[in-house]
Amino acid sequence: MKEVIIMICSTVGALFILSTSVAMLRQPDVYLRISVTAKASTLGVGMILLAAAIYFEAFPVVSRILAIILFIFLTVTIAGHMLAKAAYITNIPVWKGTKIDELAGKYDPETHVLYSESPDKNPAKLDKKPDGKLE
Amino acid sequence: MSFENYFYWVIVPMLAVSVILVFVRFLKGPSMADRVIALDMLFLVSICIIAIFSMLFDQSTFLDIAMLFALIAFFSTTVYAYYIERKNKR
Repeated sequence: MKEVIIMICSTVGALFILSTSVAMLRQPDVYLRISVTAKASTLGVGMILLAAAIYFEAFPVVSRILAIILFIFLTVTIAGHMLAKAAYITNIPVWKGTKIDELAGKYDPETHVLYSESPDKNPAKLDKKPDGKLE
Repeated sequence: MSFENYFYWVIVPMLAVSVILVFVRFLKGPSMADRVIALDMLFLVSICIIAIFSMLFDQSTFLDIAMLFALIAFFSTTVYAYYIERKNKR
């Protein structure tokens, strides 16, 4: 019974990792790739580590595995956010099919200042159109 | 099918194929952020492989290395993001 649960958990986790890595090849954009990595791979790693926790069953090992899962859930999202912000600042082009880009027009590319709360005070003449397309 | 045979013939090949696919993105990636996120993904897949092999060899000590890899993945991605952001600022 325990082995069946371990097999199911590790299979689900490996399927999630495989689908994430296929999506890394097929997504058209940096931001979509970052989003896919932050969502699916945390669940894949979590399921496989949960299988390891069910296998070992000892208290120090299970607490260590829970610490790894918590650390990954906290840090992958933060790292993805920082990387997406850096990619946006360095003008990596957004995919053509992107419907909405809320940062366009509220950001000064020279001085790296955000005007997202008060867009009226924006002194810089921005060359980005408000519908989100980069030129 | 026994437990170890299932891992050797199903789980480990799936993870190996995913490593190859992510590494193709790491080589192809048009921008530097693509390569950095592919490196982050490689670290996550390697954490999975370490967990699988800790079950296969019945050694729970390998999970310490998995924790170390999670730390290295976070710090490398953060520092690369900081570097990409600061590179054009001069």
